[in-house]
Amino acid sequence: MTRYLIALASGLIFGLGLIASGMTNPAKVKGFLDLLGAWDPSLALVMGGAITVGVLAFALARRRRRSWTGEPFEIPPGTLIDRRLIAGGLLFGIGWGIAGFCPGPALVSLSSGLPAACLFVPAMLLGMLAHDYFAKR
Amino acid sequence: MIIAWNLFTPGAALVGGLLIGLAAALYLLGVGRIAGISGIVATPLRALLGQSKLLAQPTELLFLAGLLLAPWIWQMAAPLPAAAVDVGPLALVVAGLLVGVGVRMGQGCTSGHGVCGLSRFSLRSLVNVLAFMGAGFVTVFLLRHAL
Repeated sequence: MTRYLIALASGLIFGLGLIASGMTNPAKVKGFLDLLGAWDPSLALVMGGAITVGVLAFALARRRRRSWTGEPFEIPPGTLIDRRLIAGGLLFGIGWGIAGFCPGPALVSLSSGLPAACLFVPAMLLGMLAHDYFAKR
Repeated sequence: MIIAWNLFTPGAALVGGLLIGLAAALYLLGVGRIAGISGIVATPLRALLGQSKLLAQPTELLFLAGLLLAPWIWQMAAPLPAAAVDVGPLALVVAGLLVGVGVRMGQGCTSGHGVCGLSRFSLRSLVNVLAFMGAGFVTVFLLRHAL
């Protein structure tokens, strides 16, 4: 039970953080990506703040064998740097640059009823499904 | 590069970033998992394709539920901040498809590779982040200044 509550709280805090940071506003994200225009560095501080806490969390996790609720840590073991990793990043980045949405903020904006997210998210889910369908067969 | 000081919101960005980091920390230390949104969304999608059971990973579904609840909880205390989108419907659909395929192919997005991957000094994640950041910079440059 505890781990379910923690999971729900984690998602909720994550979403509140996205809203508070301004990252649910695509214009603000594109302001960061507009490096050679009028550049808004906010997103760099969002990442910096999140990673600062994250570094501490992973350092703590490394000293433990299991999580607080007894599950083993499921951390992706992969170290493979291949074409798919890079091509995937490039495709994602192009879409991110066009719309100003990445998956987390897009889902939060869908839930709040932002019309643009109601188009973006179904297309994103379709893209994920299409990828998984063709990649698995 | 000209810094747009009028658009820069360091306080909100830092508070929001710390909350995102806190959430990722809680999910990691509490249930032992990586808070990567594209992976978390893949759980119900895989169930849809019949590749796994929907309830095989309930923590992922609950994280997703919490994420979707966030704007509703926020609105109990304050109005949601404004969101401006400067592209049309077709561009949104194309962008959505690209993001969907891209994050599954690269196995992560801004949260999984960006926040979590960089926090654990994963070289694999750094390569992915450089790819999507670079592509994002180039795309916005082309859309705003070249085309």
